Amino acid sequence: MLPRSQIWLLAVLGAAAVMSAVSGRLNPYWLDVAMGVGINIILAVSLNLINGFTGQFSLGHAGFMAVGAYTSAMVTTVLGSRLGLSPVLLRWGLFPVSLVAGGLLAGLAGLAVGAPSLRLKGDYLAIVTLGFGEIIKVILQNLNAVGGARGLSGIPSYTNLFWTFTVAAVTVYVVWGLLNSTYGRGFLAVADDEVAAEAMGLNTTRYKINAFVVGSFFAGAAGGLYAHLKGYISPTGFDFNKSIEIVVMVILGGMGRHLGVIVAAILLTVVQEPLRKLGDWRMILYALLLIGLMLTRPQGLFVWPLKRRNA
Amino acid sequence: MSALLQLNQVTIRFGGLTAVSEVSGTVGQGELVGLIGPNGAGKTTVFNLVTGVYQPTSGTISFAGESLGRLRPFEITRRGIARTFQNIRLFPSLSVFDNVRVAFHLHLKHDAVHAVTRGPKFFGEETTLRERTRELLSIFNLERVQDEPARSLPYGDQRRLEIVRALATGPRLLLLDEPAAGMNPAEKVDLMRLIQFIQGKFKLAILLVEHDMKVVMGVCQRIHVLEYGRKIAEGTPAEIRSNPAVIGAYLGKDS
Repeated sequence: MLPRSQIWLLAVLGAAAVMSAVSGRLNPYWLDVAMGVGINIILAVSLNLINGFTGQFSLGHAGFMAVGAYTSAMVTTVLGSRLGLSPVLLRWGLFPVSLVAGGLLAGLAGLAVGAPSLRLKGDYLAIVTLGFGEIIKVILQNLNAVGGARGLSGIPSYTNLFWTFTVAAVTVYVVWGLLNSTYGRGFLAVADDEVAAEAMGLNTTRYKINAFVVGSFFAGAAGGLYAHLKGYISPTGFDFNKSIEIVVMVILGGMGRHLGVIVAAILLTVVQEPLRKLGDWRMILYALLLIGLMLTRPQGLFVWPLKRRNA
Repeated sequence: MSALLQLNQVTIRFGGLTAVSEVSGTVGQGELVGLIGPNGAGKTTVFNLVTGVYQPTSGTISFAGESLGRLRPFEITRRGIARTFQNIRLFPSLSVFDNVRVAFHLHLKHDAVHAVTRGPKFFGEETTLRERTRELLSIFNLERVQDEPARSLPYGDQRRLEIVRALATGPRLLLLDEPAAGMNPAEKVDLMRLIQFIQGKFKLAILLVEHDMKVVMGVCQRIHVLEYGRKIAEGTPAEIRSNPAVIGAYLGKDS
């Protein structure tokens, strides 16, 4: 008999498969939005592990997403044409491999950034991660092998409802599973009081790095899905604004809340659609939203009074 | 019999300030030792040296025959030294139950991977840990508030919870940093009973930093006295009470 959490996971995967099978009949516009929702859930939930549960303020999530997006796109475009696989094998075999590859490289980037910088706290860590995001962007802009500032186009559109929500479900499952264990309570302890956590025998550095690596891994996988959804990626798509967008989802949903952050990711993605006409003005709206939220509901919009954390 | 904790000529300087100077001393197996001294004498600094928060400028600290030099605080806790803090440092947003459960994590065999795969071994170990947590909480009469966030507890309970959490790490030496601070006389009497109870029940050594002389003299078998970072006396409570250097340190010297 499987634990209940794994039955839930399988149920969501099954639903994703069914939805994917009938997706041909859905309105392509809303299909696109739905996949955007899935990708943003992955990004928000994975950032929530770092910023919410472990209490480390990262502003570089879009950077990890970029690493994953470019890696995964290179795998399918370069390797895909050389291997001579059938289209079915490409979509159901090579594509998930490319997502994992994108995740792994992003996780590696997370380790490279996290290991030296996690000694820093609060604002200082935020600045380092912000700098990291910008560095990634500039490197990509100057790397001709991946199209430089022109970006990378002609990426096959392998992303579908199944893959999007499979990765989203796995992300939610892994983050939830990690937190709901004696081991995982350590993340919350680190967020609450690092000195006390260390005094209780918790290797706080290890905890922070683990959160960073796992969070970056899923950001990378989300990047891979994004690349194969849009068919075109450019460095500017993964700039500071994108990181802020994800941070806003986490804060809106309530840092360190599982369900709230998912709801926030869905809401903000859908709301973006009518706001598209506003262009860059959207960011001003985001800023206002954030200020208003911090003044009125600093604990997040979707936080219910009921909470039993040792359930 | 060799000492459990041994400080050998330990000195620490912060810039030009010598906070602790050539302090030596021991805590034996299962012994209850007090560390006293006027404000700023360096008592908490000694705690921070023993637990690895600071590294000594010179001198050595060893525990159960093993040097603690260069170990990080969490590694020292794993070797069997647990502590409480002068200003309570619980995990405020975690429940009382989780505050203790997280400290049990040292005894876990499973790690992050098992938390995700959730096999039968994982659940088995989690169940055992929950039982042990509940058991420990009930010994200290805290199981009735186990689901409350730690920050919502009254002050005395928070102090007690901090001690319980330290015990969950399974220490052989417990460092208590001013546990009686902010307590009224009745609570202090309870605390003295609690300290003696813990020493007997868990068979561990306790090093106690405390200002309240009644508490220190009441429970400790041996006392070290610090003044301006130097050790000025060591002995039984009776010896300390009549030691002229100690009286001088607290009340001022006759001229």
